[in-house]
Amino acid sequence: MSWIQSFVKQAGLPRVIIGLFLLSLFVAAPFVGVSVTSSINDVLVRFGMNAVMVLAMVPMVQSGCGLNFGLPLGIIAGLLGATLSLELGVVGILGFFVAVGISIPFSIVFGYFYGQLLNRVKGDEMVIATYVGFSSVAFMNILWLVLPYRNPTMVWGFSGEGLRTTISVEGYWLSALNDFLSFQLGTHIKVPTGMFLFFAFLCFLIWAFFHTKTGTAMTAVGSNPEFARASGVNVDRSRTQSVILSTVLGGIGILVYEQSFGFIQLYNGPFYMAFPAVASILLGGASVHKATLLNVIIGTILFQGIVTMTPSVINSMIQTDMSEVIRIIATNGMILYALTRKSVVKS
Amino acid sequence: MQTPNVKVMDKNAVLLRCEHISKSFYDNRVLDDINFELREGEILGLVGENGAGKSTLMKILFGMSVIAQTGGYEGTVYVGDKPVKFDSPFEALEEGIGMVHQEFSLIPGFTATENILLNREVTHHNFLVEAFGERLSTLNMPEMIERGDKALNTLGVAISPQMLIAEMPIGHKQFTEIAREVDRQNTKIIILDEPTAVLTETEADVLLSSLKKLAEKGIGIIFISHRLQEILEVADRIIVLRDGNLVKEVDAAHADVIKIAEWMVGRKMDASAFADKDVNTNPEVLLEVKNLWVDMPGETVRDVSFEVHRGEILGIGGLAGQGKIGIPNGIMGLFPAGGIVKFRDEVVPLNNPRQVLNLGMAFVSEDRRGVGLLLEETLDWNISFTAVQVKEWYVKKYLGGLIKWRDDAAIRQLTSEYIKTFDIKCLGGHQLAQELSGGNQQKVCLAKAFALKPELLFVSEPTRGIDVGAKKLVLDTIRNSNRERGMTIVMTSSELEELRSVCDRIMIVDEGRVAGILPATAPSTEFGLLMLGTGETDRREGEIHNGKVKTK
Repeated sequence: MSWIQSFVKQAGLPRVIIGLFLLSLFVAAPFVGVSVTSSINDVLVRFGMNAVMVLAMVPMVQSGCGLNFGLPLGIIAGLLGATLSLELGVVGILGFFVAVGISIPFSIVFGYFYGQLLNRVKGDEMVIATYVGFSSVAFMNILWLVLPYRNPTMVWGFSGEGLRTTISVEGYWLSALNDFLSFQLGTHIKVPTGMFLFFAFLCFLIWAFFHTKTGTAMTAVGSNPEFARASGVNVDRSRTQSVILSTVLGGIGILVYEQSFGFIQLYNGPFYMAFPAVASILLGGASVHKATLLNVIIGTILFQGIVTMTPSVINSMIQTDMSEVIRIIATNGMILYALTRKSVVKS
Repeated sequence: MQTPNVKVMDKNAVLLRCEHISKSFYDNRVLDDINFELREGEILGLVGENGAGKSTLMKILFGMSVIAQTGGYEGTVYVGDKPVKFDSPFEALEEGIGMVHQEFSLIPGFTATENILLNREVTHHNFLVEAFGERLSTLNMPEMIERGDKALNTLGVAISPQMLIAEMPIGHKQFTEIAREVDRQNTKIIILDEPTAVLTETEADVLLSSLKKLAEKGIGIIFISHRLQEILEVADRIIVLRDGNLVKEVDAAHADVIKIAEWMVGRKMDASAFADKDVNTNPEVLLEVKNLWVDMPGETVRDVSFEVHRGEILGIGGLAGQGKIGIPNGIMGLFPAGGIVKFRDEVVPLNNPRQVLNLGMAFVSEDRRGVGLLLEETLDWNISFTAVQVKEWYVKKYLGGLIKWRDDAAIRQLTSEYIKTFDIKCLGGHQLAQELSGGNQQKVCLAKAFALKPELLFVSEPTRGIDVGAKKLVLDTIRNSNRERGMTIVMTSSELEELRSVCDRIMIVDEGRVAGILPATAPSTEFGLLMLGTGETDRREGEIHNGKVKTK
């Protein structure tokens, strides 16, 4: 029995419970007429779509700025990149990377000011970040209408100006990453290899960054800012760097999401995007001041697994559409759980 | 100053008696078999060094919860003839014991009267009280002000009872706090914990005379102060605590400042510490400090000038809160500071930790857990971090220095070296700093500073909160690094004997200024006198006596 106890202690009780729940959903699936293989396919795709946005939590958590509730800010930079690349009319995988390339300068500028703001509200970062996210979305609602976009696939049909709420990327860079080196497993599973490789590449960059002098300083700032200051580290600059990094990753994250999803969602689209990402990394075992890449991967798999499987399986069982309710309970419940316990949750 | 007639007081009833009071915090015995009594109308002076047990004793008398939480105490306290055991300050108040704390417990937005009568307000009855109870009765302000005024008058000070606390000078706050205890009808005993520490000289005089007035009314007073002159002036009897023992109980008439200082610090010397002590004689000035001020809360440095010679260990001593800790913190740029600091004749930019580290100074902070360590990281990180950041040692550079990769292998080697030389008890460099004991954490802090290979090392309170064995090791390490590696060291400590065993010269800081610098071999009473502010005339002359003391 001792190995079970030590496993539970290692993995953390919440992860074990959620993991077992997820497993039981897979077991129950065939009995209520849900295909296991297509469910697995869904989980794989959704993992790839969301993983980068969860990864965007890591730098800010590590530097002590808390969870990146201001993710919508990065997403907006990504949306600017996406819409501008469509406006330029670049197609295929190149179009995707043009979008990424355009989003990064925006992310850096946004992230810089966002970081300056967070440096002035030390201790309350997460509350402020939430409202940075909300208000930037509201502000962009105006800009999406007035910016002089001309591409007919993007603007409203009647007036010829103002961007639509939902824009299809079909014909531009739909599945640009997903299809790269992808292969079929059985009839239902199509592995989005390119998307996974891209995520792995970003993970590698983050891993490498935290092994450099700058990254080491960032972790120390998060761990004990007084210590870092006494060691000659510029705490505010280090925090700003982390916020910029998180914002850039948020921008790239939404592009990965869109190329798989097939649509750019503007206006209130990014409004609640931060919460699933926050919930994922917390579910993965991160605390508000320590997060690892393993937390990102485990958390995203578990969270996306739950939100994919619960609706289909439970709906089939009780014959009602509960999907949205369950998603909200899982997301916010997880955030609530993790934020109320400040101690380090081990991965 | 006339003192009240001790003989007359002796006939008065005993208000408070302590019998065999002992107290341990875990394994650390801080009070050992304390016996004393306080009579009606008597002022009892209580003196002792920091950590002698004064505050703990007062906490026991006032029933502070920290005592019960740490396992209670042994012995019995009698109020009158009744044995009491307080579980909370409220019970102490009920028995007529009032306490004036070092930190003010006043509400800034309230007037003096409101603070004095807090929770004992004079009230009007009205119809709402019939329906909803006492809480809705209205305040009878005129009468309250009268009572507040009366309480303040008892003390002999002219403070408007309607003045807001926030607008008062610090001395008035202290009086208001005492007036609160006076107003309490049943107050028989007042405990004052360093009431004059924040007062100017005139204010202190007024306070002392008001204490005498209170004593004449039959109230018993326990008066704690570091200013021995005051104690001698106001107290009828004096008790001296040292290392948790009551070492002396004496009539004030039979004591003087020098004797009290001797009783306070005169502990048995560790003879071996002074053996084969070769004093550093290099006159080369490595660090020069002129008119330094540091705004460090609780450790304000006002105006400090001194020199550190190459190759010496300079000790900085003084009582807590006088500013000795502020000096290294200010020079290292951790708190706002001003003045001129020169290192090797080069002006040191203040308020910039990075520059100071670059110049070749390092600092072991007194706040081990707050500033000194990354508790949640490994020892590898803790020891190497500053060297990696400041010196870019243990860093591999790629792409022409664009990528500065942390060299974990080199770091591990560095850590294991220091684990071996400092004998750090741990499972290895991968262990988290928070899992180590206090003494070993202190060694990690030292290792971190040593890893920078500094020319000048500041060490603050290196033995605070660690056990005797570890203490010796830490002190030996400091001394060896000085004598064998030639590192110049400035060591701050509250323990005078520790400084005397390690340092070449010792500077005593009092009220944010240098009280004097003496060779470590000077008798401890001279240090005691400097610490207690009797070296004041020296300071007024604006001279600093390197290696010599001038007494009045």
